[in-house]
Amino acid sequence: MKTSEKIPVLLRLFLSTLYLSTFTFGGGYVIVTLLKNTFVDKYHWIDEEEMLDLVAIAQSSPGAIAVNGAIVVGFKLAGFPGVLASVSGAIIPPMVILSLVSLCYTAFCTNPLIASMLNGMKAGVGAVIASVVWDMGGNVLQTKDLTGILIMFLSFFLSWFGGVNVIYIILCTAAFGMLRAVCHKFRQKNPPPRSR
Amino acid sequence: MIYIQLFLSFLQIGLFSFGGGYAAMPLIQEQVVIRHQWLSMSAFADLMTISEMTPGPIAVNAATFVGTQTAGFPGAAAATLGCILPSCLFVTLLAFVYIRCRNLSLLQQTLASLRPAVVAMIAKAGLTILISAFFLDGTFSLLRENISIRMIVWFAGAVFLLRRAKWNPILVMVLCGVCETVFCL
Repeated sequence: MKTSEKIPVLLRLFLSTLYLSTFTFGGGYVIVTLLKNTFVDKYHWIDEEEMLDLVAIAQSSPGAIAVNGAIVVGFKLAGFPGVLASVSGAIIPPMVILSLVSLCYTAFCTNPLIASMLNGMKAGVGAVIASVVWDMGGNVLQTKDLTGILIMFLSFFLSWFGGVNVIYIILCTAAFGMLRAVCHKFRQKNPPPRSR
Repeated sequence: MIYIQLFLSFLQIGLFSFGGGYAAMPLIQEQVVIRHQWLSMSAFADLMTISEMTPGPIAVNAATFVGTQTAGFPGAAAATLGCILPSCLFVTLLAFVYIRCRNLSLLQQTLASLRPAVVAMIAKAGLTILISAFFLDGTFSLLRENISIRMIVWFAGAVFLLRRAKWNPILVMVLCGVCETVFCL
């Protein structure tokens, strides 16, 4: 693609992620679906199968899924300039909104009405998180993978009672998971023939 | 310097939160409440509430909020940059490798092992928020005058509405807030 042709693509990338990021409530998975709707179904810039793999990359990388989703789409469509355009679109709305909230926060907190509102909403947030944990934990139990279930309970106990830093738990489990994946690969005696 | 501290803290949050959304929460808590004490536990719970109510990823919301609270707009910029930098590098690298060789199986298997640990970390962060909601002094002690029965009732009602009645989470949270406000009047 020539530079002159890239500019409308960049602009459209920026505007699409800006729009999605402003109006998407409900977290990363929702925004990934909307990215697919926009770039696969509406603009036909990426084909469906490739989009599924790009979404897998966004979900397997560290960081916010909404930002990762914007990065893969931006990179796929326009390389590094595309990443810049789509990431700025994705982070400007939350930055603006939270800056405003932050400026008002001190005033909010001293207002007894808003303070009790926020306080009550804590119970609601706790319920939302409990519900998410219930679903995710249920999925882990359903796999009947004993190692996974053990990892879940062990890491909870280590961090709750042992006070172990979250980062160490993530790092150790990731290293263990990688070891497991590599062993699994070696154990497969007849690897499927590679196709080019 | 505060900007470098903010940048490095959120760099770690961006680097180690696998699994999106809620996965960042325990890491934010570790950095912001426990290690650097930029926010109190109660302000952290407020931040999670606000993040649920507004669009945008929790980590970016937290970066902007904590940055603005501690060091104004430059602080917000430093924290947000730290938070998205690992994503930019990692995702671009992966996308590049993917476009070349189209094989992600090793990575996906590694992540499958990581998922149970992520669930456990989210559970831990959720429990600390609940403890700060249920106990008036914010610590786990089973004294009758320290327990807020009202908050436990809101929680039970919210769980029922979410699980059984399948209400929208934002609506459930607002309802909890309204109930508490009405009772405090």
